[in-house]
Amino acid sequence: MPGITREEVAHLARLARLELKDEELDHFAGQLDDIIGAVARVSEVADQDVPPTSHPLPLTNVMRADEVRPSLTPEQALSGAPAQEQQRFKVPQILGEE
Amino acid sequence: MTVTELVSYEDALATYDPVMGLEVHVELGTKTKMFCGCATTLGADANSQTCPTCLGLPGSLPVVNAIGIESAIKIGLALNCSIAEWCRFARKNYFYPDMPKNFQTSQYDEPIAFDGYLDVQLEDGEVFRVQIERAHMEEDTGKSTHVGGATGRIHGASHSLLDYNRAGIPLIEIVTKPIEGAGERAPEVAKAYVAELRELIKALNVSEARMEMGQMRCDVNLSLRPKGVEKFGTRSETKNVNSLRSVERAARFEIQRHAAVLSAGGTIIQETRHFHEEDGSTTAGRIKDNAEDYRYFPEPDLVPVAPAREWVEELRAALPELPRVRRNRLREEWGISAHDMQSILNAGAVDLITATVDAGADSASARKWWMGELARRANEDGVEPAALPITPEQVARITVLVAEGSLNDKLARQTIEGVLAGEGDPDTVVDKRGLKVVSDEGALGTAVDEAIEANAAIADKIRGGKVAAAGALVGAVMKATRGQADAARVRELILEKLGVEG
Repeated sequence: MPGITREEVAHLARLARLELKDEELDHFAGQLDDIIGAVARVSEVADQDVPPTSHPLPLTNVMRADEVRPSLTPEQALSGAPAQEQQRFKVPQILGEE
Repeated sequence: MTVTELVSYEDALATYDPVMGLEVHVELGTKTKMFCGCATTLGADANSQTCPTCLGLPGSLPVVNAIGIESAIKIGLALNCSIAEWCRFARKNYFYPDMPKNFQTSQYDEPIAFDGYLDVQLEDGEVFRVQIERAHMEEDTGKSTHVGGATGRIHGASHSLLDYNRAGIPLIEIVTKPIEGAGERAPEVAKAYVAELRELIKALNVSEARMEMGQMRCDVNLSLRPKGVEKFGTRSETKNVNSLRSVERAARFEIQRHAAVLSAGGTIIQETRHFHEEDGSTTAGRIKDNAEDYRYFPEPDLVPVAPAREWVEELRAALPELPRVRRNRLREEWGISAHDMQSILNAGAVDLITATVDAGADSASARKWWMGELARRANEDGVEPAALPITPEQVARITVLVAEGSLNDKLARQTIEGVLAGEGDPDTVVDKRGLKVVSDEGALGTAVDEAIEANAAIADKIRGGKVAAAGALVGAVMKATRGQADAARVRELILEKLGVEG
């Protein structure tokens, strides 16, 4: 049966930039394992002839014409930014010294 | 940073066999972004072309650009690919400030185009077939400016500034299968492939594919294996190599570097490398490890793309003549060597010469001006010939004026100079500058008489049979007419008046 290990939860937490304490890892690993187990029961009833579904609606080829629509103004675009400089989004240091 | 002593290129190739993989990103020339209606105008004010969708704000929904899909199919068809009957977009999850959504909308295991090839012609005419693995649709990232570091580099910067105008602009990523068997010509094949791909993209009219503007970017993956061994070695991935020359240099450098590491008993680390334009070297970037776990999953907000077969066939039927085929046809029509054709291609003058011929010039004259005077001017000004302020029609008009004898080469050059200086079209320049060849036989005759009179000694020599001395008199007449006479006609007149057979 599929499940999830504590190590996998720690890895995912790191990918999601979530800082989890040891006891939180224990706690969530258990909970997530239960959830995955519950969802996995779906495959017990879905036979080979049922393909995995990514989109519930039987739609394809929804496209728009290549026509320009109004954008936000720079002020509007930046209105939710925690910090800005030179009309740009200001973000913390990405990499340290080489 | 450790500096590896490179092995000479010849020594590297004597022992090892290079295998390459090339990944090229092409920014499409659509009016709007891939998944929203924001404009894609270059050089716009920072963050003036964004909306809730491309900023990844909650509640926004993407809708795919029809021209984006069409362009991807055209590229796939021109690369002899199969076009997917049904495919999906996928989210490539990663945290990096260049993507405000925290994922890039891309395609994972269902690319729109797959299994094709592109034939590329090397400078000596040899044709090399590069197999294409896939071409898929995705979106560009925002532009970062790193502040506080020594040279604007990310290392040592105190913070970074993001402009999201570019985030969401459609990209097509074209990935080759491993290129094997090119041997010592691998760097040349890499360059020729990117050059051919660029010509193809331009011919399809889906992008201007200007590498210097970042509209086309190449990653060079390269590994070496000992000769005779089938298994691939570990590869390095040199990112964002952004000119044709750099593609060739990066491949060559990596061959020499890998050979040095392997020959010394070391192992190649699978890593990203950065190319340095100044000296053609590469240096290590981040090491790829398990942290690069993109957790791709089907994009729930975009429905699958299922291009109707009729549409695909329509697009196939409307494909333009492929650049290599066209070049070979033009080469035959113009009656020139493969080498000359290559020079014209390298100079970016194929379309200009074609347009000049279409506007009424003979091909030899069209080539002469574009590859001579105009190529020189473009080079001096540091621009592509196409950017010069003279049109193929104007060049054609000048060649016609020369052909009918109204201008000689010297005057034609002055006419070109005038057009480039913004003095008007060729006829206006000829008029304003008074550049017409003196074809008035009376005026010319007087000038010749005067020259003979002023140079009696030379005239005597010519009468005595020294026909070669006529050059000095021609020079005198040309000087007197300020270069506006037809030199051949002047010579005829001189000999005629002196009673000598030419």
